[in-house]
Parts: sequence; C-alpha cells; structure tokens
Amino acid sequence: MTKVEAIIQNSKLEAVKSALQEIGVEGMTLIEVRGHGQQKGHTEVYRGREYSVDLIPKTKVEVVLAEAMVEKAVQAILGAARAGKIGDGKIFLTRVDEAIRIRNEERGEGAL
Amino acid sequence: MGKQLIPTLTFALLLLLLSQPLLAQPASPPATPGAAPTIFSDTNARLAKLEQQVADAKSSADNGWMLTSSALVLMMTGPGLALFYGGLVRKKNVLGTLMQSFALMAVVTVLWGLFSFSLAFASGNSFIGGLHHLFLRGVGAAPDADYAGTIPLQTFMVYQLMFAIITPALIAGAFAERMKFSAMLVFMILWSIVVYDPMAHMVWGKGGLLNAALGGRFPTLDFAGGTVVHVTSGVSALVCALYLGKRMGYPKEAMPPHSVVLSFIGACMLWVGWFGFNAGSALSAGSLATSAFVATHFAAAAAAAGWAAAEWLRNSKPSALGAISGSVAGLVAITPASGFVKPMPALAIGLIAGVFCYWMVAKVKAVFGYDDSLDAFGVHGAGGTLGALLTGIFASSAVNPILKDGQGNILPSGALEGNAHQLVNQFVGVAISWLLAIVGTLAILKIVDMTIGLRVSEEEEIQGLDLSQHGEEGYYWEASA
Repeated sequence: MTKVEAIIQNSKLEAVKSALQEIGVEGMTLIEVRGHGQQKGHTEVYRGREYSVDLIPKTKVEVVLAEAMVEKAVQAILGAARAGKIGDGKIFLTRVDEAIRIRNEERGEGAL
Repeated sequence: MGKQLIPTLTFALLLLLLSQPLLAQPASPPATPGAAPTIFSDTNARLAKLEQQVADAKSSADNGWMLTSSALVLMMTGPGLALFYGGLVRKKNVLGTLMQSFALMAVVTVLWGLFSFSLAFASGNSFIGGLHHLFLRGVGAAPDADYAGTIPLQTFMVYQLMFAIITPALIAGAFAERMKFSAMLVFMILWSIVVYDPMAHMVWGKGGLLNAALGGRFPTLDFAGGTVVHVTSGVSALVCALYLGKRMGYPKEAMPPHSVVLSFIGACMLWVGWFGFNAGSALSAGSLATSAFVATHFAAAAAAAGWAAAEWLRNSKPSALGAISGSVAGLVAITPASGFVKPMPALAIGLIAGVFCYWMVAKVKAVFGYDDSLDAFGVHGAGGTLGALLTGIFASSAVNPILKDGQGNILPSGALEGNAHQLVNQFVGVAISWLLAIVGTLAILKIVDMTIGLRVSEEEEIQGLDLSQHGEEGYYWEASA
C-alpha cells in the first residue's frame, strides 16, 4: 500500500478531486497547508510597514492506495494539477505498513 | 412644514387680535381708564402660552438631536473604536483590546456620575471645576444657559460623558498588546481625573482659561474636542508608548492586523458616529449643527482620498487600511474646526490631514522607532494638533460668531478673516494640552508602575492578552463536537 501525498495549488483542488473520483478513488483527506518550494512569496503593506509573506497557502491531498492504483492516481493528479508554472506543487509517495478500518477492524488492502 | 407653522400661527393670532374690535358686540363693558380691556388680557395669556409651546417645541427638537448624538458618540467607542483597534492587533489579543474600550464605558460612566462631571463643568477656577455637581446634584431637567439653554442639563451631562469615555479609550492604541488590564484600569481612572477633567474644564467649562464661548483668557477655538480629546489622548499615547517600551519582537517580527475587516467596520462606525461628536457639539438642532455635520463629512472624505492617494503614489497600491485610516485622520483634524469652517476649507483640512498623518505613520514613526502600536499619536496626537492650528486659520465668524467684544459686536474668528492673533491662542491651547498630557501621564505611569506594574510578563505577552488577562479566546474555531 502506498500513500500518495500531493501538494497542489488551491485553485486546482476541484479538478484533482474530479480526476481521482473518475479513476475510482473513493477516499481522500484534504489539509490546508502553507509552504513554498521555488515559488517566491509576495509583500503586503500595512500602515507603511512591509511584511514579506513567503509561506504560500496550498492544499495537500492524501490518498492511500493499493499498488495497482498508484500510477493511475499519479497520472490523474499530474494531469489535473499541472498549470506549467513554478508553484504547481509536488507529489510524494511513501510506503504504508498497515491500514485498518475502524468500524470492523478490517485490515490490509480491503480496508482502503 | 414646521418652519412655516410658527409664522402661520403668529399671523393667525395677530389676525384674531386685530379683528376683535371689528367683530366684538357693542354690549361689551365700557373700558375704565387705565385698565387693560378683557379681550387683551385673555389674548396675553394665550400669547404667553403660545410662546411657551414654541420654546418647548424648540427644546424638543434640540433635545432629540442631542440624545441621538449622545448615542452616536457612545457607539463610536463601542463598537466603533473597539473594532477599529481590535482588528489591528494580533488574533491572540483581540478580546483584550475590545475590553480596554468596553471597560472604560463602564468605569468612566461611574466616575462621571460621582464627581468627574462636576470637576469638568461646575464653576471652579480657570483650571478645574468645583464640586457643586457632586453626585450630579443640580443636574436635572432645567437647562444651564451658560452651556445649552434649550436642553436639560442632564442631557448635556450625558452627552459630555460619551466624550469622557472615548478620550481615554484612544490612548489604548499606544500600549496595545502589552498592558496589564488591572494597571490599565487604575491608569485610566487617574488619567480621567488628572488630565481629562481639567482640559475639558479649561476649554469648555465655566471660567475655563481657554474657553472661547465664555470669555476665557486665551480663547481657543475647539468646537468638539481637538485639544480636549485628540491632542491629550494622542500625546499621552506617545508618552505611554515610550515609557512601556516596544512589544516583544517589534519591529523585526511580523505583526500584521489579524482582521482588516473588523477595522473597516469599526472605522465606518466612527465616521457615522462622528456626526454626533461634531454636529452634536452645536448643542442644538439648528443650522450650526448642519454646518458642522457637512464639514465633518467633507473632511473625512477628502482625508481618505488624500491618504489613499499618497499611498498609491508611494506603494503603487491604495490599501483598504490606508483609506479607512485616512478618513479617521480627517475626522480628527476637523474636530476642533467643525463648527467654525465652511465646506471648502473642510475639504482642505481633510486633504492636508490625510497626507500629513500618512507621513507621520508611514515615515516618522519608523525614523524614531517608537512602538505606537495602533498609531494613536500619529493620527490623534498629530492630527489633532494640526487640526487645532488649521482652525485658527480657517475659522469664520460667518459660520459661528463665537468671538465678541465687550459691546457684543461680532469679531473675526480666524486668520483668513483678519484675526491672525487667533493662531497664537490656538497655539497656547495646543501647548497646554501637550504639557498637561505629558506631565499628567508621566506622573500616573510612574505611580502605577511602582505600585502594581504596568506591563504583562514576557510569558503573558507571548500567550496573548485574551488568555492571560481574561481567560478567554476570541475565536474558538477548532472542530469540536
């Protein structure tokens, strides 16, 4: 089982959700995050004082998938989230040791 | 319709009066020499009654406006100023900031009723009033003609109370995010008595040294409180900011406003409420109130545009915070001038104030490095001083014939009208308010600091005033239940 973490532009959220649903991904977790890679922030001015804001709001999409689904999901996210600019985001894949459904203690890929 | 009612009634009455001899029956008793004919004594009584009713009607109109104005000025503190300041601080200090304004609404009211009104407005000497009105003795339905001849003294008292509330609340902008609530309460009680009451007495009270309407030695034209409210609080704010020192992390750490939206709402309430502050200072509902209303509005508008324009030029974008701050600066500057100037000078005063206060806040503060957190000095102290001096230039007796000579002839008010000496008097008034504010505030700060301490501890400052001083959080938005 693999966790697919995608940090994406906020404006691409709807597109990514739809793309994942289309390939049959049923569950996901969304987190509001702030951060940056190469993307520069911006400057805000309040009463003459400048504040540089370099932690940019993004959305993180997390899905845990069976191995067979992983590459399809990655392609779906890439297609939906890409705008071709710095700031589009990144996808990370990590191995998940176990998944457990709380309702009935089902384990493994059946719990996903 | 109201305007025509009185002349119409008078005309009808005269018609009635003059027609009596023509319509009267010949059987009326022969008049004895020297005695008033019965028809005329009856008419005299009716005339007297009509005069009383007219006076009552005028009194009702004035009193209605004055009670409304009192409510408007209270709204300026709560929630106007509370929100304006509240939005400018960090989220962890929002309640602490709101409480500073609100606590004064409660505390100053009690002081005012017990003795503060008396100290400000009872007869005393040139500097302070006496205790004639202790516990509001003698403050009832009857007017005090020295102050406002058509409204109950009680109305005048409650109107002035709202000024006494907002003035100390303004100072809180300077020590935002780092003052102990207990220390603030003690400080404000002492400040109200030691600085506000004498200043109000000198400018507006009977026998006051600076009272232009009642023959003060240095008549200072201050219609609604440029010196009494804004200079005293603004300069006191600067003293507080310097004495308490900067917030932890200032100026390196970013401390942007947590909600410009709240500040916006507060600022708009201040603008609307200011009509009560300035136009209400006419103490009547007539054309002087209108003139002050118009001058107030025009100054606010011009100042908002001025600050926004200055910012647009300097930063390439006009900010919402800048625009609303500009309007407040204009309102501050027009406060002393509002009942003395015509609309065009009001526009000029506003425009100058908008640009001047922007420069004070965006440039001068950074140069000197003091942490006047919410720009109480930059806007109120500096704006009030500017407005008081500009009043000396633009005041016109055509708007308000306040200065008269011994024979009752109207004298010119301001410099442009030919009374350049007024600028000297304005300067004296401003200088006295600066002096009183500095000396009074320093003394009180020292006393409070030595007894209970002024500033919160470092841990408390990091934790935030809401939790450390009030045991609350302003926004409890965690997902719970």
